[in-house]
Amino acid sequence: MAQLTYRASVSLAIAQSMRKDQKVFFIGEDVGAAGGVFKATVGLLEEFGKERVMDAPISEQAILGAAMGAAMTGLRPIAEIMFSDFLAVCWDIVANQIAKTRYMSDGQINIPLVIRTANGGGSKFGAQHSQSLENWSMMIPGLKVVAPSCPSDVLGLMDSAVKDPDPVIFYEHKSLYAFKEEIEQTDISIPIGEANTLHEGKDITIIGLALMAQRAKEAALILKDKHDINAKVIDLRSLVPLDLQTIKKSVIETGHVLTVEENPRLCGWGAEISSLISEHCFINLKGPVTRVTTPHVPLPSADILEDNTIPSVELIVNEVIKKLKGE
Amino acid sequence: MVDKLNDDIGEEKRLQLWEMMLKLRLVEKKAYDLFLQNLIKGTSHLALGQEAIAGAFGVALKQGDYTFCTYRGHAHTLARGSSIEGVLGELMGRQCGLMKGKGGSMHLTDVDKGVMGSYAIIGAHLTIANGTALASKYNKTNEVSVCFFGDGTTNIGAFHEALNMAKIWNLPIVFVCENNLYMEYTPIHEVTAVEHPAADRAGAYDLDKIIVDGNDADEMLRTAEKAISKAREGKGPSLIEAKTYRHSGHSRADPGKYRPDEEVKDWMENKDPIKNYRAKLLDFNVNEKIICEIEEKIKDQVEKATEISMASPIPEIKEIYTDVWANGGSEWHN
Repeated sequence: MAQLTYRASVSLAIAQSMRKDQKVFFIGEDVGAAGGVFKATVGLLEEFGKERVMDAPISEQAILGAAMGAAMTGLRPIAEIMFSDFLAVCWDIVANQIAKTRYMSDGQINIPLVIRTANGGGSKFGAQHSQSLENWSMMIPGLKVVAPSCPSDVLGLMDSAVKDPDPVIFYEHKSLYAFKEEIEQTDISIPIGEANTLHEGKDITIIGLALMAQRAKEAALILKDKHDINAKVIDLRSLVPLDLQTIKKSVIETGHVLTVEENPRLCGWGAEISSLISEHCFINLKGPVTRVTTPHVPLPSADILEDNTIPSVELIVNEVIKKLKGE
Repeated sequence: MVDKLNDDIGEEKRLQLWEMMLKLRLVEKKAYDLFLQNLIKGTSHLALGQEAIAGAFGVALKQGDYTFCTYRGHAHTLARGSSIEGVLGELMGRQCGLMKGKGGSMHLTDVDKGVMGSYAIIGAHLTIANGTALASKYNKTNEVSVCFFGDGTTNIGAFHEALNMAKIWNLPIVFVCENNLYMEYTPIHEVTAVEHPAADRAGAYDLDKIIVDGNDADEMLRTAEKAISKAREGKGPSLIEAKTYRHSGHSRADPGKYRPDEEVKDWMENKDPIKNYRAKLLDFNVNEKIICEIEEKIKDQVEKATEISMASPIPEIKEIYTDVWANGGSEWHN
């Protein structure tokens, strides 16, 4: 049993994949000698050398293009985009090339690559280094979208993402890098597309992802202790593929749903889930699905502004109480 | 006059190149005819007039090498040995098409032949071609990657990112700029800071400045072979700028009226790579009967392939939902 941070689990997960498969290599900016700007890739260069851990120039298109081309030949690259916000400068490679090439080629080409990227707010970095962009990739056919909420999920989901024959975008949450967990077994695999229950309950279903799943869990503990409300917290783990069955099962039991999203309101992933729930579970609903999101604004920088923009534990607690007790 | 005593290419290879170029020309002409008959929908970007570049590389490359081309990629695909019906069938949206109608004219792909795709958004495929080159280096195999693109590509960021990366990692890759003097509808010199849009940028990436007459098939072949050998020997990337001219407009919708009549006439009459190469073959004392036989053979191949394509069934509607994922399907939730 060892205590592992989310940060350390990233480098361990990459190392484990690289030890298992010579086809896996790692490319990104400042990832090797510097160990990553978030220190999430420390030790990889030392263990695997420059041929498998490649420090790239600030050329996001060239990084992802090289990863894509290598993947087309059967290698299994892991590419880092330092901040998810930077995906915007290489979005052609992601959305037009990586996502569509398998389909356009009628299945002649597989692209087994992982793009890992630091996502989300909480660091007071301002609007261009703090966005929560899972929904950008969710809406593009051909991309799998994973966002782990804890160190064991980083280990298990990374293992699956590297082995996956399709492109996976792996959103690591910046505010979770220091999150610790006691871990017995590090070489684990968690299938992509299976949601995880972080808290059991039959009064309401709270659906979250990454940092928001952890905040929902904290909210559920408060709701139980102080308000006698038993909330089921579902950590989606991945948006594509989506574990709709787990959502449905819980909604049928509770009849109340709250999604907690870090992305701005419009076209956030909760909107799709809300739509699916009304399609599949309409008769089970006791009220409308509530979406807790970041408001539709760019993320501000100052402590008080950012803290009040991203959904907090307190906000989740209050929204649940308002929903169930009308207070 | 040709120097027959110092012929480094030889009749066999020259006839191979002639046959290749002629095939590219006649298939493009057929594609144009089929468009006029409304049997091909969507858009098309013909490489009529530019055949010597794809043709020369087609002759110079080996099986297993990788090529990447643009939406003007029918010729480059055929040059790797893809079937004519595979190309025409794809343009016509038939099951015999290379991608069974999933990709269309701008995305021809034939992995078995090393055709790693045709890319329709300027710039991206230079970075992707670096990836197959990187894989060859990583695996210590000796394939060469070749990436074709137009003059307009030299002004997008991905071009510069890709050249820098290829150089710093010493990748086995050849970048081939087909400078047909027009970026879509605009003369390239009007929108580019340097005279030679690719070659004048080579120095910025510590690459040699290579400019070649892209309509001189022999020169094109020599240039291609040299750059391919360099890459295969582990001596790194090359950037070639091949001057050429398209006989038609940018795309199906473009009659090309922005080009001066005299200019078009000069290129069509005096600088046509096919016409000039035929004359050169005769200069080298190639028996005209052999030339004519090849011409008849290719015409016949194109006609037969057209018949096969027209007889091929259209795709089944269920194909819409296949091959998003490696499991063959398109499901995104359980």
